[in-house]
Amino acid sequence: MRFAIPFGLFVIVVAFLAIGLERDPRLVPSPLIGKPLPAFELGDLANPDTVLTRSDLDGQIYLLNVWASWCAACRDEHPLLVELARQGTLPLIGINYKDEIDAARQWLVERGDPYRLSLFDQAGQFGLDLGVYGVPETFLVDADGTIRYKHIGPLTPAVLERDILPLLATLRGGS
Amino acid sequence: MARLRAATFAALLVLCGTPEAADVPLNFPDAALQARYESLLAELRCLVCQNQSLADSHAELAQDLRNEVFRLLESGATDAEVLAFMVERYGDFVLYEPPLKASTALLWAGPAVLALVGAVVLVRLAQRRGTAVKETLSAEERARLDRLLAADRQRET
Repeated sequence: MRFAIPFGLFVIVVAFLAIGLERDPRLVPSPLIGKPLPAFELGDLANPDTVLTRSDLDGQIYLLNVWASWCAACRDEHPLLVELARQGTLPLIGINYKDEIDAARQWLVERGDPYRLSLFDQAGQFGLDLGVYGVPETFLVDADGTIRYKHIGPLTPAVLERDILPLLATLRGGS
Repeated sequence: MARLRAATFAALLVLCGTPEAADVPLNFPDAALQARYESLLAELRCLVCQNQSLADSHAELAQDLRNEVFRLLESGATDAEVLAFMVERYGDFVLYEPPLKASTALLWAGPAVLALVGAVVLVRLAQRRGTAVKETLSAEERARLDRLLAADRQRET
């Protein structure tokens, strides 16, 4: 009986530490969820002279995927994006982040281009406005241009099944 | 041995480097702005190397964010506006000192609560030990003590 209190405290500390161990400190919750997509003015990777703005993307639910040819993890998730595009699940918009235009185009030629279009963000300014810190990152944006979800790191089928597809179904059901 | 030590020292020098060695030198219009810039960098966390501040980190993102802080300060932003700019994009996590909110209340109050609990436990333990010493003799023990003392006294005289 005299060990009940120390033992109770021990259990509480262990519970806190166990929760802390299970969480990934690299996953920082984005303050942008529920906020409108930041404004931008960027060229199209395929045609840099065409300037695109936020209003060019409005009116559809889409995945906004931040990628770069120098990003190793982008290579891992790319087949999944190509498959998504092939199935026509939802439109994909790329943000080519801090990249060289030739390397980026070459990358898409070699691996397939799943994007409706890729915004060419060479300076990384749009990436900064989106709070990008670990490429690849993926945002789900609704038809009003509101960011509904963010995933940091490569997309996996598990993330797609668990988070993105259910949210997509909810968004489509509500409209 | 001496050579090994020299090599180790050289390696350490390379690893440490000076934090902003690789940066483009910034042209501060005045020393006050530079001081604000430096204190802001120390308060902001680099999200790539999370245990480093923007001032310490060599990550490319940290470089971009340093430039952004400089640009904002140069355009006349206050310190609070610079911090708000970062929080808007990266969340409270970029601040080394998290703001007091419902979700951080435990974090802020935790040390004080623990100290209070410790103090209460300490006081109660001390009280219990104090009463343990103050034991009184039973009537039987008292009588026996009196007999022994009386016998002692007789022996002395």
